[in-house]
Amino acid sequence: MAEKAPMIELRTSPHVRRAQSVDQIMRNVVYALLPVCAFSVYQFGISAFALLLIALLACIGTEHLFCRLSDKPTTVGDYSAVISGLLLALTLPPGFPLWMAALAGFVGIALAKVMFGGIGLNVFNPALVGRAFVQAAFPVAITTWTPAFAPGRFTEFIPSTLTLPFTEPVAVTQWVKDLAVDGFTGATPLALQKFGNGALAHVTTSTTDLFMGMTAGSAGETSALLILVCGAYLIFRRMMDWRIPAAMILGTFVTAWGFFLLDPSSYPTPVFMLFSGGLMLGAVFMASDMTASPVTPVGVWIYGLLIGFLTVIIRLFGGLPEGVMYAILFGNAASPLISVVTQPRVYGTSGKKRKADS
Amino acid sequence: MANPASKQKPITADTFLRGLWEENPVFVMLLGLCPALAVTNSAINAIGMGGATTFVLLGSSALVSLLRKLIPKQVRIASYIVIIATFVTIVDYAIHALSLELYNALGAFIQLIVVNCVILGRAESFASKHRLTKSLVNALGVGVGFTFALLCLGSVREILGSGTLFGFPLFGDSYQPWVVMILPPGGFFVTGAWLLLFAWLKERKQRKVTQEKETVHAPG
Repeated sequence: MAEKAPMIELRTSPHVRRAQSVDQIMRNVVYALLPVCAFSVYQFGISAFALLLIALLACIGTEHLFCRLSDKPTTVGDYSAVISGLLLALTLPPGFPLWMAALAGFVGIALAKVMFGGIGLNVFNPALVGRAFVQAAFPVAITTWTPAFAPGRFTEFIPSTLTLPFTEPVAVTQWVKDLAVDGFTGATPLALQKFGNGALAHVTTSTTDLFMGMTAGSAGETSALLILVCGAYLIFRRMMDWRIPAAMILGTFVTAWGFFLLDPSSYPTPVFMLFSGGLMLGAVFMASDMTASPVTPVGVWIYGLLIGFLTVIIRLFGGLPEGVMYAILFGNAASPLISVVTQPRVYGTSGKKRKADS
Repeated sequence: MANPASKQKPITADTFLRGLWEENPVFVMLLGLCPALAVTNSAINAIGMGGATTFVLLGSSALVSLLRKLIPKQVRIASYIVIIATFVTIVDYAIHALSLELYNALGAFIQLIVVNCVILGRAESFASKHRLTKSLVNALGVGVGFTFALLCLGSVREILGSGTLFGFPLFGDSYQPWVVMILPPGGFFVTGAWLLLFAWLKERKQRKVTQEKETVHAPG
């Protein structure tokens, strides 16, 4: 072969440095979710495993069914339904009846994703829509918490898990009592903080426990540390916009700090706010939904800060102890508007001109 | 009423069926959604609302049709509203006297029948241009169609939301009601689901028709 002549490659924009297909990104998000799932199974036993499995099957099945019905090639292969299923299960209480989880998966995918045209077109995060639906439909079941690290969790189900379809789940209070787990009152740290009695009720849970995930809560939301590590993997591989979790955490911290400074005796510390409930899971895996978040750099910050702010407001002043879900859904709804308002200046034009144009 | 010189088309089954199915006020024209969403949390409420609306429809259509040559064009809307309001007042008092329970369940939505665009729409676009009997038949069709749609919504919402139909328990004691279905969001969910179902059926039917046409024309 002759010597290769020096060559300048000429291409028009966009100058893509590396190709990332949708299913590649989605597959990596699934990889990032697996440790969180594994920890939730370790923490809550086979009930959490069944919950993950059923939610997953419901989401994939729904997507496949609607693709069949509309005579389109099935989109199950792009892993986005897998993510929705896993995320949905991770936000549900570990003893949540399986049929309700399946319903949540169906509603989430059908209502929030398929109806809007499938992946890339959904306005809201499908997993959160599914959860919001069951939250409104079954308010008791979704606020029934069971203790973490229950003995025998790998051999027996939490009694409410195996509820027959369309029937009321059995009360788990007696089961929890029989377990005799030290100091478990059937409440998450957030519920303790909100509905607990006496001054400084919120300091009952140590920050380390919150951070490591040694508390009661939804199946996959407890360990802030693990979620942050998994999120870091995605950010490192540039498959997630780091600004969204950062902005959401910042928004939560600043708002909670403001209230804490106003009255330290009645408002929890900002650190507690950060590591309790589903905030980390929401910030890292849900708010960062590519389709339902704004696309402009400034818009992403506004979006994250707004969600963080709303989360604290709902937690402190709303009727529910947890507000991440509604805050993110609200942020999803606002994100097209945020994108429009924060359009960056087109290169080569002045700001004034753009105003005159619009 | 018989008017042999009338140029109007005769009453056909279509006069009645059009309002019931093809131009169903809720599922096709998306009119009168306010009561359709608000009071359909049980089948009984749906029937009550549908019955009341049908009565007002029949009464107002009859009167508008009879008075159609007397009402000046410029004040017709005001006249229609007065006529409709008369019948709404009648139905309001009637329900109050017959069933206080239903009256309380329907609440302000009985009075709000006045502004139901299904009724004004019938008066403006049909009763004011047609003879009494034809107007009545048409109004009855629309009324039955409206009641049918409300019943579709109400029965689904009652079955899922409280596990009963017309107050009779269907599933036994262990049934877990879907609270959201009897709340306002449930109204939107169920309406959307029915619209989807009808749209899907319609599309499938149309596709079949075009396919048949293609197969007929293809060999020629």
